Amino acid sequence: MFAEAIEDILRDHCTPAVVRAIEAGGSPAALWDTLASAGFLELLAPESSGGAGLPLAELFPVFALFGRYAVPVPVAQSIAARALVGEGVQLPAGLLTIAPALQRDAAGGIRCPLVPFGAIADVVLAADGQRLVLLPGAQAQHTPSGIAHSQLASLYWSDPAAAEPMAGDAAALAPMAAAMQAALLAGALTRVFEMTLQYCNERSQFGKSLGRFQAVQHQLSVMAEQVAAASIAAEAAFQDEGRTPRLLPAAMAKARASEAAPGVANTAHALHGAIGVTEEDDLQLFTRRLHEGRMAYGGESYWNRLVGESVLAGTVSLVEFVRAA
Amino acid sequence: MSELLSAFRYAALPASTQQFRAEVREFLRTSWQPPSPQLRARSWMGFDAGFSRKLAARGWVGVTLPQEYGGASMDAFSRFVLVEEMLAAGAPVAAHWIADRQSGPLINKFGTEAQRRFYLPQICAGEVFFCIGMSEPNAGSDLASVGTRAVKVDGGWKLNGRKVWTTSAQHCRYMIALVRSSGEPADRQKGLSQFIVDLKLPGVTVRPIHDLAGDAHFNEVFFDDVLLADDALIGQEGSGWAQVNAELAFERSGPERIYSSIVLLEHWIGCLRRGGNGAIHCETIGRLATHLATLRHMSIALTTRLVAGESPVVEAALVKDIGTSFEQEIPTLIAAAVAADPAADLDADLLATVFYLTQVAPTFSLRGGTREILRGMIARGLGLR
Repeated sequence: MFAEAIEDILRDHCTPAVVRAIEAGGSPAALWDTLASAGFLELLAPESSGGAGLPLAELFPVFALFGRYAVPVPVAQSIAARALVGEGVQLPAGLLTIAPALQRDAAGGIRCPLVPFGAIADVVLAADGQRLVLLPGAQAQHTPSGIAHSQLASLYWSDPAAAEPMAGDAAALAPMAAAMQAALLAGALTRVFEMTLQYCNERSQFGKSLGRFQAVQHQLSVMAEQVAAASIAAEAAFQDEGRTPRLLPAAMAKARASEAAPGVANTAHALHGAIGVTEEDDLQLFTRRLHEGRMAYGGESYWNRLVGESVLAGTVSLVEFVRAA
Repeated sequence: MSELLSAFRYAALPASTQQFRAEVREFLRTSWQPPSPQLRARSWMGFDAGFSRKLAARGWVGVTLPQEYGGASMDAFSRFVLVEEMLAAGAPVAAHWIADRQSGPLINKFGTEAQRRFYLPQICAGEVFFCIGMSEPNAGSDLASVGTRAVKVDGGWKLNGRKVWTTSAQHCRYMIALVRSSGEPADRQKGLSQFIVDLKLPGVTVRPIHDLAGDAHFNEVFFDDVLLADDALIGQEGSGWAQVNAELAFERSGPERIYSSIVLLEHWIGCLRRGGNGAIHCETIGRLATHLATLRHMSIALTTRLVAGESPVVEAALVKDIGTSFEQEIPTLIAAAVAADPAADLDADLLATVFYLTQVAPTFSLRGGTREILRGMIARGLGLR
């Protein structure tokens, strides 16, 4: 139900032109206000606080849609944050993002490396050891990633007091972020696949459409397999009754989606030919996000290592482990 | 969203299968002494008629067939659980495997009442075993070009030709064979029929084929003027192509397409746990666990379609293709891990098992439809042809 409403809004208000404008430094305010005023930021807030109290399973399609439309604002992070902070905790207004990590230097300065939407976020939520903290974007030193069109930035606060402790579940941040990013990837992967399929049906060479060539067909078949696998792995992380995803399904979701991302992006570009790497073609809006999303909040090697450690530390068979995960 | 992709939505096995799973495990614990990993790694090529009969006595051969014919009238979810437990353990299910997976369901779907009453109870009792008569020396992927011929004669049909790569034919009583019953080879899919061939009939010769791993589960089967009764025909004359495709849908949609290398993987993990030297392989193990979990979700999604009465042919091809890649990766990765330290002591079972699977792994993406054929089917399912 929410998914349909969100898609209607995204189709009208998050067009490729809007994505480009915001990536170029244009104001995200109009898009943000549209999403906020429709109540979508409060999807995970409990109904007692005026939210929608959405179960996780209904959240997955919403996150996937944000990926499908290459949404250039941290709406997914802002929604996810409501499930991490304690009930009744008020989050500040504005663009809130989630930091993958927080480090303190000897002087007490705080560093959050490679924060998705770090370049435009008003507020950053991070896990500082066992507790959650909020950090003000405006007071940070921003180090841009140097990646073309990217909203990624590393942030540094020299004043240790900049971190405001927040009641909530710090341990749930990493799995929530991983599962969220896996869902964003699932949406983008599906979109890239559909664009590529359409291109291969429309573009002709040697008197027939590209899709009539066996080599092309087989690449598309493999692409479809990877997209199906990543999507179902991501969806599987959102099936629990709890407020936030469990660690193992979230780990496997992010690992599987991350692993699928470069191959799907690269095959899409291979089949689009040179037009696909131009700025004017929309494909790059999504493939750039596939590569960034693959790395954000831990890539496949990070999460697979965690899963592997869990397997080795246990005593049950792998099949049993996978069944129960 | 592409219709094909929309089939892969997450679904959980019904809670009711938990109890059944526990019963299957208990059966395995009490009725079977697991042999070495290398023998269990034969997976569903491991032939043991005694085991199949015990399983049948428990009521678990032909579980999806109707109770009135000796089956258990269980749904595809229950069969999924049964097969998953059998394969995870490396139990020797080969004898009843084909009959249970496809021959029985084919007879149930296309057979006459008399054929159902004759064959199905024997299948469910684990008394007769079936093999597949599709491939020929000149008809592998191009199945429609089969040349084995059934000519109408008084009281039945006369069969001439040969089949190849027939797993377990030397132990089976019956073969369901795809043959040409009218027209010419150039007619391809037209004029094909399926016959239930009693392999004890005069004129049938079964010759085992030895493989590179030292097993002989494949066979050549020759038909020299074999006289079949009229009631050997299954389904409609001339409907062989449609029927064989339905049979292949049964063959391709089970959970087995992800478990062919599981015994090796479990054994390797066991060795690492015992040796305490697994840390360096954490990422590999985690990745394989992630892939297995994902493939399992895809397989269960497919099973929900079967339970809904659909025939998810293209979806099954997709799961089989990505599943067999996973199965083939496992011996490659484990062999690499084993070879990483030439000075290390090697578990003898691990060595034998990884070599066995390395040698036969290419067959995973040949049997039941080659990789190239499956990818063509998926492409067609995407609307590309």
